[in-house]
Amino acid sequence: MVEVTLWGALSQLAGGKSKVEVEAKDIRELFRKLAEQYPGFEPWIDRGIAVAIDGVIYRDTWGKKLPEGAEVFLLPRLAGG
Amino acid sequence: MNFDPRYANRNFASVGTRPIRPDGIDKVTGRARYGADFNMAGQLVGRVLRSPHAHAKIRKIDTSKAEKLQGVKAVITAADLPDLTDGDAAMYDILDNCMARAKALYDGHAVAAVAAIDARTARQALKLIEIDYEVLPHVTDVDEAMRHHAPLINDTIFTEGLEEKPAKPSNVTKRSQFGHGDVHAGFGAADFIVERSFRTEQTHQGYIEPHACVASVNLDGTAELWVCTQGHFVYRQHCAQLLGLEASKLRVTSSEIGGGFGGKTHVWAEPVALALSRKAGRPVKLVMTRDEVFRASGPTSATSIDVRIGARKDGTITAAEATLRYSSGPYAGSWAEIGAMTAFACYKLDNVRTVGYEVLVNRPKTAAYRAPSAPMAAFAVESAVDELAKEIGIDPVDFRIKNAAQEGTRSSYGPVYGPIGIGPTLEAVKNHPHMKAPLKQNQGRGMACGFWFNFGGQTCVDLNIGMDGSVSLAVGTVDVGGSRASLSLVAAEELGIDYSQLKAIVADTASLGYNDMTDGSRGTFSSSMATISAARNAIKILRDRAAQMWDIPVEDVIWEQGHAVAKGDNYGNLGKLSLKEIAAQSGKTGGPIAGHSELVADGAGVSFATHICDVEVDPETGATRVIRYTVVQDAGKAVHPTYVEGQYQGGAAQGIGWALNEEYIYGKDGRLQNAGFLDYRIPVCSDLPMIDTQILEIPNPNHPYGVRGVGETSIVPPLAAIANAVSNAAGVRMTHIPMSPPRILAAIEAEREG
Repeated sequence: MVEVTLWGALSQLAGGKSKVEVEAKDIRELFRKLAEQYPGFEPWIDRGIAVAIDGVIYRDTWGKKLPEGAEVFLLPRLAGG
Repeated sequence: MNFDPRYANRNFASVGTRPIRPDGIDKVTGRARYGADFNMAGQLVGRVLRSPHAHAKIRKIDTSKAEKLQGVKAVITAADLPDLTDGDAAMYDILDNCMARAKALYDGHAVAAVAAIDARTARQALKLIEIDYEVLPHVTDVDEAMRHHAPLINDTIFTEGLEEKPAKPSNVTKRSQFGHGDVHAGFGAADFIVERSFRTEQTHQGYIEPHACVASVNLDGTAELWVCTQGHFVYRQHCAQLLGLEASKLRVTSSEIGGGFGGKTHVWAEPVALALSRKAGRPVKLVMTRDEVFRASGPTSATSIDVRIGARKDGTITAAEATLRYSSGPYAGSWAEIGAMTAFACYKLDNVRTVGYEVLVNRPKTAAYRAPSAPMAAFAVESAVDELAKEIGIDPVDFRIKNAAQEGTRSSYGPVYGPIGIGPTLEAVKNHPHMKAPLKQNQGRGMACGFWFNFGGQTCVDLNIGMDGSVSLAVGTVDVGGSRASLSLVAAEELGIDYSQLKAIVADTASLGYNDMTDGSRGTFSSSMATISAARNAIKILRDRAAQMWDIPVEDVIWEQGHAVAKGDNYGNLGKLSLKEIAAQSGKTGGPIAGHSELVADGAGVSFATHICDVEVDPETGATRVIRYTVVQDAGKAVHPTYVEGQYQGGAAQGIGWALNEEYIYGKDGRLQNAGFLDYRIPVCSDLPMIDTQILEIPNPNHPYGVRGVGETSIVPPLAAIANAVSNAAGVRMTHIPMSPPRILAAIEAEREG
């Protein structure tokens, strides 16, 4: 079980919750379960969400494991120049 | 990913040296081929007709007269680019931006295009296209666009990110919010509070090379595109989707690039050139004029930002908040969101909140510009931080050091930081001789900090060893700042060979797996990771081939300094085998020797910089001259220090232009008034002092050599550093960028008048 912190826009789609608990072993499973639990997340996931695990930002490594007790933050996927 | 990207401390032989760049001679002798330097047999000239209106309904387009003109081979409108985006709103916006459909949304929006046998005929044909416009009210100012009665640009847009879906459409496409703690309580605990509003005007990246491409679509559905871009694989995906082509049948080759800085991450002309070629049945070259680049490519946002910061007498910041309004052109964007994430990223804050608003305006679609959105947010925050330090009576560097984020700090955008460089850059600035140099009358000094995330992404590299022992490296990230040199150094380091044995190229989309574009400071970070992986894969094969040549188990062969070495007492009589010797025998030991790598380079390390700037302001004219400038930035590891310094200097130079002169000026008619380098003034060499640099190396734990990106962070602090310097020199706080002479004079006069 990991505790996932949501940023403002996702928090509103989750009924105002800024943190949700999800049983997920990696980013792929995390996204799947979040989309099941909160259908409003699905377009955001399709557009791209970055996941910070213990401070390191992952944008594409959906196989990345979520260690027990890790700090997991969802962030918008950003543009760069 | 079968590759361990973790940092390992080591001594380097090649990395960290400064060899001459492999593309240098071609560039200085004029042989390098840029976007417009490529030609195909039988090619036509493409030209685009653009809207003269900021906002207008397109009632009817009549192309019949143009089509009848001798020499015209194709005329296209939006009807020739049908909507194949399948509900993908972002792609639909790109399509609409390439060729207006129902409405022209800004001055310069493409409405039709022609392909003709020469430029003169193409220009004549454009004049024969008749368009019936219904001119609509427009809005180009970010604050005005948010007002209740502002002209509505898209009546299907309802603000995202609000607690309840709004009942009415709006020019505000999205609200985003970041932060933690209790800001209200934090301000309650403050002894001093600074509250200011700031504005920055829209700027262009100002790359010297305009957008240019040559497109050829064949009857069998295959196509070729030669183009100046930061990401030819991304261009392939976008063009294929917009034109209904199969991606693998569209071969895209990237030319040399005369500057991109984020502005060549989007397609504009390319789908139009392909559509013209498809209709004409001949290749089409399309080169934007400078006027078109300004009016119809992607500048940065104009912004309006409110900042409030509170601190105790001892200099501890107790609360910080900002409201950021960023223009995104006439299409939805996420530019304020990035500004809201980066605004306070340099600081350790218990109570922080930022709110971003994305605002539609009748201006070109905003594109990325080097650490997009961060410089404007840093300008507002770092100006307020400087002012707060003054109010408290603390040295501005010491104030920042006291409040700087460090390893373990929760960032203002959420996650906790790993090892970071903001503290070391501030300490380096504090101890830098520049900070102690005397100033003369009318001169002022400013400093400021900046942050950028840096990205990784999908990356693919091929490393091929020739039978003569030379090595070619094929990468898929476009070389925008010397990455062919830095990646050659990395391959030389891993293989243990000399840099001169290597030749790096940027491969076309048919020759290499998919690569994300060169953005987010990811070129050297990502492709060096893939190069290390590819080289290590090649070394496995080299060891195997040496084992065959010696007829010993491969486990007994190690790779040392470019040679296979047999390890163990039994092999005392075996000399080393060089890479060249093994390569020479490759045909008889199993065939070509190569190393490949396909990976997602995630885990890019965040980056910080602190800049110092001295200016002299003429109180009679308001003219400002930058007289000294120093950049201190964490590179993680500088692979090729000269190009790292070049990135630092380039970011500072662009920031100086942005801070002092550059701005899009719109008339009341919504038309751009200064679409050229005479009236939109970027700095030239004679405007700039030598920009001094200091590279710090705080290793990124998620890269084998500790590399962080370096391309973008250097443009984040300059707006603020120069604003602080000008404010100190002029004796009045400057809150509007650019600080052009009229604005400085007006501020000085307003201050005098009280």
